[in-house]
Amino acid sequence: MMDYDKLISKKCAKLKPSGIRKFFDVAAMMEGVISLGVGEPDFQTPWAIRKAAITTLEKGKTVYTANPGLIELRTEVANYLNRTQGITYDPAHEIIITVGGSEAIDLGIRSLIDPGDEVLVVEPSFVCYAPIVELTGGVVVPIETKVEDKFKLTAKALREKITDKTKLLILPFPNNPTGGVMTKSDLEEIAEVLRDTNIIVLSDEIYAELTYTGEPHCSIASLPGMQERTLLVNGFSKAYAMTGWRMGYLAGPAPLVSQMLKVHQYAIMCSPTVSQYAAVEALRSCDDEVKKMTNEYNIRRRWLVNALNEIGLECFEPEGAFYVFPSIKSTGLSSEEFCERLLYEHKVAVVPGNAFGESGEGFIRISYAYSLKHLQEAVKRIKEFLDEIKK
Amino acid sequence: MDSLLKLLKQNARLSNGELATMLGMTEQDVAARIADYEKRGIIKGYSVIVNEELADNNAVTAYIELKVTPKADYGFDELASKIASLDDVESVSLMSGAYDLGVTISGKNYKEIAMFVAQRLSTIDGVLSTATHFILKRYKEKGIMIEDEVSDERGLVSP
Repeated sequence: MMDYDKLISKKCAKLKPSGIRKFFDVAAMMEGVISLGVGEPDFQTPWAIRKAAITTLEKGKTVYTANPGLIELRTEVANYLNRTQGITYDPAHEIIITVGGSEAIDLGIRSLIDPGDEVLVVEPSFVCYAPIVELTGGVVVPIETKVEDKFKLTAKALREKITDKTKLLILPFPNNPTGGVMTKSDLEEIAEVLRDTNIIVLSDEIYAELTYTGEPHCSIASLPGMQERTLLVNGFSKAYAMTGWRMGYLAGPAPLVSQMLKVHQYAIMCSPTVSQYAAVEALRSCDDEVKKMTNEYNIRRRWLVNALNEIGLECFEPEGAFYVFPSIKSTGLSSEEFCERLLYEHKVAVVPGNAFGESGEGFIRISYAYSLKHLQEAVKRIKEFLDEIKK
Repeated sequence: MDSLLKLLKQNARLSNGELATMLGMTEQDVAARIADYEKRGIIKGYSVIVNEELADNNAVTAYIELKVTPKADYGFDELASKIASLDDVESVSLMSGAYDLGVTISGKNYKEIAMFVAQRLSTIDGVLSTATHFILKRYKEKGIMIEDEVSDERGLVSP
């Protein structure tokens, strides 16, 4: 008999499985559940991009690319960062095409962190940062963001958590799950704290195209003195509705990128070739498609925020990504209780806020990557649930 | 297209208040803009998309291709408006390609439509020939799925 428990590495065994998995497995078995739980667009990938992939297959271009990715694609990424952020990256030495933004995050953390190094993780945030840090033996130091600050990172909160051991700050804006964004002036305060340190920022900007205030997304790398201390992570999943293509990238200082390329080439070799050609097309011709989708998200966002406030779920107005993060504190339930009961009793699936870090307790994440009709039905059910609780 | 028109095309029953919320406008501005569109004839009316099969199982719709002789001074317009003025006609369009006018007609049954084409349409002066196509089943109309909704391939939850 194999003793598998003995085989699993201690670090892996210690990783917490996602706390929400269990009852969503139950949800999958239930009839008539409507979900507001996904973190991916409901749009299809724009046709021009799909067409480019089909053409690539027809031409039989199915071999490995260079380890860091097609030079055409790295050049297009550099052009994109230049036209949107005004920053210049050398496509030959400062950009790696990765398997989704996820691999870029993994590369960033694994190539920098030794056991005992401290990593500041802004929370609530996407679920993968802390587990990857734990696998490297690093120490996760959460920095809580608050609804009163519009879920922004403040200079004060950052300063309080910096120690001699701090190596990396993970800065995920526009934020999943809160929808919070950092404007140029917000970022300037953070940059001011970091400029005198040897800390690297891993800026996860996967939702960069999805902002709704009229002020376009600003990358911290674009601020004076910050490009040399920033690993910029972005990708194609959210903006171009390309989640299944697994296309992301990392841009940063050459001395770091060259090290990360080693990890990438041993673990991955290169990102999927067909997806890379498709991504070239995305950057060359799909600005209008992105705008169209963003506009649609914005309409839903305005409707949903208003509808949730009307039924009594107090709701911070998100300015980016495609999530609303209402407080459920008035119900007296914990996030998990709320989500479980909403699922079992009213068949709506949403994600408990504490899945994104302890500071998410008391909130739930509702995705508006759904049609208005779908959102309307879901809100109706949530209202019925709230009315029942109040009785 | 204008976001307001797009929303109304998807669902003309949204209230001005709902439209205002979605577009980040005031209710008064929405009302004024709709009134302006109506006045300028950009909005011609508000209609409903019906699953005819469920509403009345016998009702039939046909699409008729007409070849016609254009009149010297009026082109196709005179004939087209003459056909459009017939009560049973739902739509009339001038087409490029193999025929000239595309006409849709609904009737209580196949026979009613056949008689309409034979007695009313083909006899109009200037109509050279007709080809009638009956609609057997509708899948999507004006952007709305008639039968099944497109299924959501995504899981119930993802981070």
